[in-house]
Amino acid sequence: MRLASLGVAAFLIVGACGSAATPSPAATTAPSAAAPSTASSAGTPPTCVSGSITTAGSTALQPLIDAAGKQYTTACSGASIQVQGGGSGTGLTQVLQGTVQIGDSDITAESKLQPADASQLIDHLVVRQGWVMVVNPSVTGVTNLTTQQASDIWTGKITNWKGVGGNDQPIVLILRPQSSGTRAVFKQVVLKGAQEASGQALTEDSNGAVTQAVTATPGATSVIGFAYYQQSKGALVGLQLDGVDATVANMANGSYKIQAFGHMYTKGQPTGLTKAFLDYMLSPAIQGTLVPSLFYAPAAQ
Amino acid sequence: MRRSLTVSERLDPSRRITLLAAGLVVVLVGLLLAFISWNGIQLFTASHVPIAEVLSATWAPDAGAATSFGILPFILGTISVMAVAAIIAAPLSIGLAIFMAEVAPPWARAITRPAMEIFVGIPSVVYGWLGITILVPFLRENGSGLGFTVGFSWFAGSLVLALMILPTISSIAYDALLAIPADLRSASLALGTTRWQTILHILLPAGATALTTAVVLGMMRAAGEALAVQMVIGNRPVIPTSLTQPMTTLTSQITLDMGNTVSGEPWNEALWTMGLVLLVMSLGFVALVRVLGRRRVVGA
Repeated sequence: MRLASLGVAAFLIVGACGSAATPSPAATTAPSAAAPSTASSAGTPPTCVSGSITTAGSTALQPLIDAAGKQYTTACSGASIQVQGGGSGTGLTQVLQGTVQIGDSDITAESKLQPADASQLIDHLVVRQGWVMVVNPSVTGVTNLTTQQASDIWTGKITNWKGVGGNDQPIVLILRPQSSGTRAVFKQVVLKGAQEASGQALTEDSNGAVTQAVTATPGATSVIGFAYYQQSKGALVGLQLDGVDATVANMANGSYKIQAFGHMYTKGQPTGLTKAFLDYMLSPAIQGTLVPSLFYAPAAQ
Repeated sequence: MRRSLTVSERLDPSRRITLLAAGLVVVLVGLLLAFISWNGIQLFTASHVPIAEVLSATWAPDAGAATSFGILPFILGTISVMAVAAIIAAPLSIGLAIFMAEVAPPWARAITRPAMEIFVGIPSVVYGWLGITILVPFLRENGSGLGFTVGFSWFAGSLVLALMILPTISSIAYDALLAIPADLRSASLALGTTRWQTILHILLPAGATALTTAVVLGMMRAAGEALAVQMVIGNRPVIPTSLTQPMTTLTSQITLDMGNTVSGEPWNEALWTMGLVLLVMSLGFVALVRVLGRRRVVGA
């Protein structure tokens, strides 16, 4: 008898948690007096909406969304924003299944999902992010690669740095996993869809492991995000692509090519806190201040 | 013949709660097996990828028209990294167990046992980090004569794994040696043998099945370990041919790809199939351990 009542109590608690975790539309509707947050200037607090949302996906976008989420919840005590990684594919899948309210991705839903599924998602372009080709400092005489040279290295046609004007040293190619958003962007922009020489290359997961591997291995080269490059300058050397420096300014004016939009997807039109947070992501407080400080470029430029 | 329970025993809450817990575990294991099996066969049933292709050596899940889901390099990679790890770890850890059980004075045993247990508590990412910052550069700088080019290699993976499974094997082996009846030792020594002869000719044969069980359990741990191996092995999807060259394993390929594939696509299904292969491998190990255990009971 006691066990049965315990069970009932547990069931009630779980049920209560379940309903509490799902924000009801009534609780999260913005006050009617709220001004559109795009009109606010840098430093102005965001339009506060209470509730609880979760975003998941791209680890390249995660530092930015994490910082923006903290700023928002600091200003708005009634809001809770959970920011998770997991990769672009995870973000797209989870937002489609309704597990999270926002799915973060480096690549478009159309390129990853079935057309019928992709059409259910609404794309919010929040930022532009760049990647830089980096080499171990032991590589000398190479500061710039043309798109063709980079493609030849990645597809295994050139296997020694002297083939691109450098010292006589074998190239140690370090790839991202075949499924990563970074690799998809690089493959599209630089390789024009050609297959990498994965049978000759090493593969390392995550920006951190790639950075470590390039730093530690003579002759190594790989591709890492701008923010990670800024943190590890000196330990490794960034290359120009077609004579253009890998800088936020060159990415913003479009001359630096290894870049892609950061997408935040919602299933259907966003409402409540989801909408308020996406508006905040596009507000000057984020786009004008936080975005450049974390080495991204604003979405609209 | 079991006696029937009295009324008070039947109503005893401890009996119900433990029964519930045990039942829950069995149900969970059953659901887990069913879930992984169901997802693992989707590659064949839903996406109609031929089994011959899956057992081929070509892993190219994003090659457009030339897409191929060959997981043979990962299966062979897992087996080879595990086997070499066991070859390195087994003599060391059984030696350590013999030292603790037969040779060490009590004060030395009091140090060795906790020291060994500390190994178990170190997270695998730390092993991987040590491997990538110390072992891999060391192999590259000092092993070029042996054929190490980049340091990331089968051998590096096996060495890191050997360190990780060492405490598993030696603590089980230690318990196995302690379980050998003291009469055997006394009888052997009474015949005038040295301690070395007793260990070699009496204790090791007497504990052979238990020691094998210890090694098999260590290999199970090695097969399932992902992170530390992934960090030092280089993750090159080729069939391993040399201890000095990079290769890859099932676990490391699953962790590399799982975050970025979408459920329902053949690529994601291929990862589930790899998970199913790992599950079948560990079920095989469990069966082996049980067979070995049964033989020990019969022999004793």
